[in-house]
Amino acid sequence: MNRRFLRQALPFLTLAVVLAATFYVQPRTMSYFGLNLMLQYAVPIALATIAQMFIITVNDLDLSIGPFVGLVSCIGATLLLDNPLLGILALLVLIAAYGAVGALIHIRNLPSIVVTLGLSFVWLGIAVLILPSPGGKAPVWLKALMGVQTPWVPFPIIAAIVIGVVVHLALMLSSYGVIARGAGGNPKALTRAGWSMLRTKVVMYMLAGFFGVLSGLALLGLTTSGDAHVADRYTLYSIAGVILGGGEFIGGRVSPLGAVVGALTLALAGSFLIFLKISPDWQIGAQGAILIIVLALRALVSYGEQKR
Amino acid sequence: MIGKLLRQPWVFSFGAAIAVWLATIAYTGGQGAGAILTAAFSFATFTIIVGLGQMMVITTGPGNVDLSIPATITLSGVVAMKVMDEDSGRMLIGIVAALGAASLVGVFNYGLIRLLRIPPIIATLSSSFLVLSTAISYGRGIRIKPPEPLAEFATMQILGIPIMAFAVLAVSIGMALVLSRTVYGRSVLAVGQNSRAAWLAGLNVDRTRFLTYVLSAILAGVCGILLSGFSRGAALNMGEEFLLASIATVVIGGTSVAGGRANVPGIWGAALFMYLLVTMLNTFGASAGIRLILTGLMIIGVIVAAGGEEQR
Repeated sequence: MNRRFLRQALPFLTLAVVLAATFYVQPRTMSYFGLNLMLQYAVPIALATIAQMFIITVNDLDLSIGPFVGLVSCIGATLLLDNPLLGILALLVLIAAYGAVGALIHIRNLPSIVVTLGLSFVWLGIAVLILPSPGGKAPVWLKALMGVQTPWVPFPIIAAIVIGVVVHLALMLSSYGVIARGAGGNPKALTRAGWSMLRTKVVMYMLAGFFGVLSGLALLGLTTSGDAHVADRYTLYSIAGVILGGGEFIGGRVSPLGAVVGALTLALAGSFLIFLKISPDWQIGAQGAILIIVLALRALVSYGEQKR
Repeated sequence: MIGKLLRQPWVFSFGAAIAVWLATIAYTGGQGAGAILTAAFSFATFTIIVGLGQMMVITTGPGNVDLSIPATITLSGVVAMKVMDEDSGRMLIGIVAALGAASLVGVFNYGLIRLLRIPPIIATLSSSFLVLSTAISYGRGIRIKPPEPLAEFATMQILGIPIMAFAVLAVSIGMALVLSRTVYGRSVLAVGQNSRAAWLAGLNVDRTRFLTYVLSAILAGVCGILLSGFSRGAALNMGEEFLLASIATVVIGGTSVAGGRANVPGIWGAALFMYLLVTMLNTFGASAGIRLILTGLMIIGVIVAAGGEEQR
């Protein structure tokens, strides 16, 4: 068996296993509405995971994506609703801020973990200033978009496929994508070849900001009201999603399709554990166990790959 | 002399702590200057204990970080309170049980990292989920008070300085000596600078990292015991704030995120700075949102001022 192929197929196999197990435990989920209900929150998680993936591509880590998604949901539920033009402007400023942070991290050669850690406080603070307690209202078009009933295949699945394929084409098959991943693989070689590391980092950070904005808006369309703390867990989800999807922390080795599949797996695992009716005490522990099992399998596969 | 002092990485964090403290007492007109310091030393000690462990882990090289500290604090606090059961005669066995549970977490963490080759961030994150579930399940609905001697030790003061601060000072000096004078400490630095070179030089890289993860877990355990003594019982969310705090103090304190360079005094400066900063913003009457924003900007400001790593 081709180990490399197996390694790339592993995220998809994991998703298939978790999906099959869910169907087995609760056969009623094997329907249009069942899948729609279980997977709808996978869309914002997948978008946040893609955002995290862009940062990981250039060997950094974003600990602020969760609060950032929360901030976007707050802006969406207030400013974007009352004054669409101003709302869009605010979101663009946020994306520009992400780019500026990328530039700062690169120019001063700062540890991204600490800068984004500080940034997470900033996002949360702004969000709390805008919406001290959960409230506001999602714009009608957002609610309509997230609640759309597509024929045959539920909307979350179509959305996930579109997100995965578009980013895959852009990052894995375009020539700029090669440079972006090269920035994580070998920054020195990239600089010697005449490419600007600064520009690459800024672009990747802005892409992360852009997908963070999409994630916040998608989440707002589902929850229908804004909340500064709504996405606090997304930071961990997004990192776990990238890794589950076959990405690695260093070397620009990432996979957009894998990341989306990883996010779907995480979202599905939550429902699966609820259907299993295990004690709520162990819900979070079971999630940890699933992560460990999948990564153990991957270690097994990669071990064989290295030995050859 | 002054130039040399200014180049020390920990000067920034102490400078920032003093500046924030001065700004606070300037605002209150000197009132409560001592009380603020007492409180700062009380609360900062908990951050310093886990910060020391996190510092050792981060020093063993890029990518090494312990995200299971909060869960380990909670587990240790719950185990300690439950085993002691408000009986001061059972204090010792409670401490042993809590530290035993904590060191098991450390062993498990490194097992995941080494045997399953899981990146430390994900390994310690996944294990923290399991540990937290264990703590929740074991400590279901408990509200057990700590035995009197433990509570007394955690809150006693001498001349306005908590006795705990002295104990942690001794631990910190011990840690600094371990780093500079023992084979283990030098191995941690060497492994962090270049693990392959350390391995070629004949150092036992695996054992060094293993001991470091266990050490970090044990220190988190100590923090859990003291914290439940200080706040009169264990709570399931008692470790929460220490995830960000432990990482932030290490890095603001001048320890290299790329590994290989540790800084013990900086942990003290950074922990005091973080506590005094919140106090200052409270004194100024800032709203929750403003407080969060300024805290974040200050963390970023300090790391920008302290500068990044040189290219390697």
